[in-house]
Amino acid sequence: MRALTATFIALFGLLAMPAQASGEVTSFTLDNGMQVVVVEDHRAPAVVHKVWYRIGSADEPPGKSGIAHFLEHLMFKGTQSLDPGELSRVVEANGGSDNAFTSFDYTAYFQRVAADRLGLMMEMEADRMRNLVLSPEEVATERDVILEERATRIDNDPNALFREDLRAALYRNHPYGIPIIGWRHEMAGLSRDDALEFYRRFYAPNNAILIVAGDVSPDEVRALAERHYGGLEPSEGLSPRVRPQEPPSRAERRVVMEDPRVAQPWLVRSYLAPSRDAGAQEDAAALVFLARLLGGSGVTSVLGSALQFDQQIAVFTNASYNATSFDDSTFSFVVIPAEGVSLEEAEAALDAELARFLETGPDLERFENIKMQIRASEIYALDDVGDIADRFGRGLTTGLTVADVQAWPEVLQAVTPEAVMDAARKVLDKQSSVTGWLLSEGGEEVQ
Amino acid sequence: MKRFAAAFLFLIVAALPARSEIDITEITSPGGLTAWLVQEPSIPFVALELRFRGGASLDAPGKRGAINLMTALIEEGAGDLDARGFAEAREALAASFRFSVGDDSLSVSARMLSENREAAVDLLREALVNPRFDDDAIERVRRQVIANLRNRENDPDALASAAFDRLAYGDHPYGSYYGGTLESVTALTRPDILDAFSRAIARDRVYIAAVGDISAEELGTLIDDLLGDLPDEGAPLPEPVAFGATGGVTVVPFDTPQSVARFGHSGVKVGTPEFFPAFILNDIMGGRGFNSRLMAEVREKRGLTYGIRTYLIDSDYSESLIGTVSTVNARMAETIEVVRAEWERMARDGVSEEELESAKLYLTGAYPLRFDGNGPIARILVGMQMQGYPTSYVKTRNAQIEAVTLDEINRVAAELFRPEDLRFVIVGSPEGVESSE
Repeated sequence: MRALTATFIALFGLLAMPAQASGEVTSFTLDNGMQVVVVEDHRAPAVVHKVWYRIGSADEPPGKSGIAHFLEHLMFKGTQSLDPGELSRVVEANGGSDNAFTSFDYTAYFQRVAADRLGLMMEMEADRMRNLVLSPEEVATERDVILEERATRIDNDPNALFREDLRAALYRNHPYGIPIIGWRHEMAGLSRDDALEFYRRFYAPNNAILIVAGDVSPDEVRALAERHYGGLEPSEGLSPRVRPQEPPSRAERRVVMEDPRVAQPWLVRSYLAPSRDAGAQEDAAALVFLARLLGGSGVTSVLGSALQFDQQIAVFTNASYNATSFDDSTFSFVVIPAEGVSLEEAEAALDAELARFLETGPDLERFENIKMQIRASEIYALDDVGDIADRFGRGLTTGLTVADVQAWPEVLQAVTPEAVMDAARKVLDKQSSVTGWLLSEGGEEVQ
Repeated sequence: MKRFAAAFLFLIVAALPARSEIDITEITSPGGLTAWLVQEPSIPFVALELRFRGGASLDAPGKRGAINLMTALIEEGAGDLDARGFAEAREALAASFRFSVGDDSLSVSARMLSENREAAVDLLREALVNPRFDDDAIERVRRQVIANLRNRENDPDALASAAFDRLAYGDHPYGSYYGGTLESVTALTRPDILDAFSRAIARDRVYIAAVGDISAEELGTLIDDLLGDLPDEGAPLPEPVAFGATGGVTVVPFDTPQSVARFGHSGVKVGTPEFFPAFILNDIMGGRGFNSRLMAEVREKRGLTYGIRTYLIDSDYSESLIGTVSTVNARMAETIEVVRAEWERMARDGVSEEELESAKLYLTGAYPLRFDGNGPIARILVGMQMQGYPTSYVKTRNAQIEAVTLDEINRVAAELFRPEDLRFVIVGSPEGVESSE
């Protein structure tokens, strides 16, 4: 079998993208400033309608953590024309499903329905962009719901609590250090006025992006969008998104947490890392390769191969990097040590592998292999146009243009091993890192 | 309900649910295997889904977790490739193979590019026919499984499932976690893994679906190449088991701020006249995302939880109606009361004509939207085969939902929802809630 491998790599030189059967992208902007992107897929008579706002938890006022996410919940509580919960009921009565999500840089609302219901979805979504009505009772009950959500997602899971403290240590000045769902004590104090103030300030067509993916034509979407969204007044005075930035770091930081609910100790190392910027995505692309090379596979990556195979001191290793972020992002490693291996030993092994990599650079065959896999993943991606649509949603809410998002696959293909090593040397600086240990109560010896 | 009322009513009348337009062909390979195919040549890859009935429930006595560990090892070396060689070969083909196992089946999900499909099939065949199960791979993967088992010991959701399943199914394989225990997995040997392989993977229990850029003839050849050398028979399939838990409350003490509850009783079997009414009832009670009765009562009106759901579970060897909910320790008692009251109301009053119609609209409209992408369609197709449905089911299923009458559904509601039989298992430190025995 092994001899065959080389032949396949040669074959892949020929790998070409198919003719556009799905995945065709069109974009335009309405007169009121609302940006629109259409991603076509005519294989099934369905459509995903998604409105993204350029507003997330990192845009919240101080002391009001969680308000972006709380407002996302409250957006289902009705308008002058829709009763509380009615929007979701109408979606369901049309066989669709709907939901919403909030991140650091964006908040998005979506429905998945048969393609011929697109107009109705737009009508309701446009309505709640401008005409939200909140009763004090609905707000009070929903605040209990988000506190329960926090308990489910964070408080009941020591791993999630640990990740919260890690971010807070990594971002000392930037709001990315504050959890999206909010700190519990601040969530408890969020009011109806807080929500409405945030809503009036940030929910406007000129702060929103409409993305429609599925069995539709761009002309059809344009006509419907002009009809339903075109009449909405833009907001004046939306200021540029300027958040407090990180100061230089002069000391590596450590976070050690103990919790009796921890069954399996693990460690994490995080660094601040640049993200994709408009017209300048090269460094981020190099970091995507760096993460794949170091931790993309438990078998063939640098860390998987060394720590899980050769030295057998870890049961799991990973490197992760989020390239798409408005401000500086995070590059992280996770190591779960094997039984009998201390976190100190695991951390030393991690550092040794990183040092070795910085000296020797990547295995060139593996580098080319990763590049080919990334190219092939574009073919598989065409099977899920919703995912392609989300690339535009995340990109356009984090400071990129449609052209940047479309250029990204080519930028990735242009990455060189030298660029990866330059990026690695810049980012993997322990002096600006946070190392976290999560332990069971009583510390290391419990293992 | 103001401006949109007109549009809403209009749509109920005018908008008939979209038909699912997929065209399923059943093929038989020259070697006698049957498979379902949906040709979709527009993207140059194929999604192939295989399922072997029985899955982890075929573990030999005393060897709990063997099939799970074996499944995780299939990709860790085959033929003359060791684990790293296999991973490198797969990566070089940009193919993806996923092996997973559950209570009812062992699944293989593969995606292969058209341009190197034959080579990808050859590689996958090595894994399915000539897995190596090297000692070093067994030890390495065993450590990963054990790390997962340790996490489950302190995970409230996992603890709730484990306690509930034990009460419901006892010594039947459904009564324990398919990944095994620290003790059972630690004791597994290489012969146990080889035995697990021969128990679970055989031609007499395989279901096959392919969706994508492949013809019927090519698929016939492919599945013969891939599966032709598998053994004809595996271990005998498990026996059916009745849901054995009685009504009551079981508290599993655990120090955590939010209690996690799992509740339920026996259910309804697919293929019986009660199934579609029960399916709709579950949707109305708690199966739907936001607009179920339980979401309205527990979350929207009282803010007791982030989410509450129910599931009508038709496993191969048992049927149940199960729910899950989490709430802070101080409010679990109230949450249980609300769930019981809703169960009583459903048993006593059933559903209204309006609720039934709205559920039908949702379920029939949502059905075609499931068929979105080659991989998801392939998974639906093997699922249908395992349930014993014909290929025409995708075209008749909505009619079966629409045929359910109000009388019929309310007769089933009175039988299906039995508040006195509800067993609650609660992991946490719920205030004012105690075990009933």
